[in-house]
Amino acid sequence: MNDKNKIITGLVIFFLVVLFPFWFNLIFGTPGASTAPEAELTEKAKEAENCVEETQYMRAEHMQLLDQWRDTVVRDGKRLYMAEDGGKYDPSLSNTCMDCHSNKVEFCDRCHNYASVAPYCWDCHTYPEETE
Amino acid sequence: MENSRRRFLKTAGFSILGVGAGSILVGLETRSARAAGPGSDKGPVFAKAEEAREARRWGMVIDTRELDEQTCRKMQEECHRIHNVPDFSGDEHPRSSKHEIKWIWPTEFTHAFPGQEAEFLAEKLSHKPIIPVLCNHCDNPPCVQVCPTKATFKRESDGIVMMDFHRCIGCRFCMAACPFGSRSFNFRDPRPAIKDENPEFPTRTKGVVEKCNFCAERLAVGKQPACVEASGGALIFGDLEDPESDIRKLLADEYAIRRKPNLGTFPSVFYIV
Repeated sequence: MNDKNKIITGLVIFFLVVLFPFWFNLIFGTPGASTAPEAELTEKAKEAENCVEETQYMRAEHMQLLDQWRDTVVRDGKRLYMAEDGGKYDPSLSNTCMDCHSNKVEFCDRCHNYASVAPYCWDCHTYPEETE
Repeated sequence: MENSRRRFLKTAGFSILGVGAGSILVGLETRSARAAGPGSDKGPVFAKAEEAREARRWGMVIDTRELDEQTCRKMQEECHRIHNVPDFSGDEHPRSSKHEIKWIWPTEFTHAFPGQEAEFLAEKLSHKPIIPVLCNHCDNPPCVQVCPTKATFKRESDGIVMMDFHRCIGCRFCMAACPFGSRSFNFRDPRPAIKDENPEFPTRTKGVVEKCNFCAERLAVGKQPACVEASGGALIFGDLEDPESDIRKLLADEYAIRRKPNLGTFPSVFYIV
């Protein structure tokens, strides 16, 4: 162990370089940038407690659900969605989703921006204008 | 010694394999069946509303004897308002006349029925735009045949020729194929030209083709098409495959013509002139 000092210095430098993203973010990172934002619920959405399906499912699979809705409505003309718990809904983004989640900026955009996805729903589908 | 190391490695390998495969299976099992998609056994269930109007082949008879220019305009306004059709008239753009988008519009007899003009045409039919024309929802639609993405399709259940705007890539083959000029292309963003937007119906985006959809969204909730409602009885809507329907009874009584019948597209819109 004649090169003890050299080895330890080398190891320190090695770990500094390898862990660069972590310590750099800890020191210079913008606070909050690394935590996923929470979608904000409107009063109406809070009251309903459940979305058309369970919250966990909606969070993970809402895009698949919307895809299914769009295909069955447009191509099969079926405009009644039977939820797993027996509820019946009009499968419509503008009329059903946005009825409760009328706060597009806080509900949709916040997470979409964080995840860097740009769904083009809003090119055609309307959402309630932000009041204020 | 050799043997036991060999056995140890074997056991360790199989254990890792087992744990890996198990977690995949558990993951698949806990994934909601809803994610399987419509059509699969465990997928979500969709249905038609009870009040939905159904037919095997929707058709329309337009009794032009009952129509005047004012009613025609009213029908067009009502249709375009409900479906968020942009109005570029009065726009400063030099080519705005080429950007016009229309689902239903009145035209003159000679334009609606080229080749069928009589030499001494009835006074009321000449030089007056009183023939409302719209998508004919042909039984043999050429637009559907040419569409490369199946964005335009004929609904098997009721014969409506529909557009899936999500799929339209704006190639405009359908516009070239349609012999009736029923289709319009969104050369620019239509939104600024929509005066009062109907929030219940989507707008379109730049780069897609659009046309009349026989008010499929209204039929689904048991309503009549908007133009039929606004026509004051001059437009009759019904099932062409049902011999007992009003529309078939009317067609049995009156002589009705179709646009460009020689092309073999079999339009579902009939005109009594």
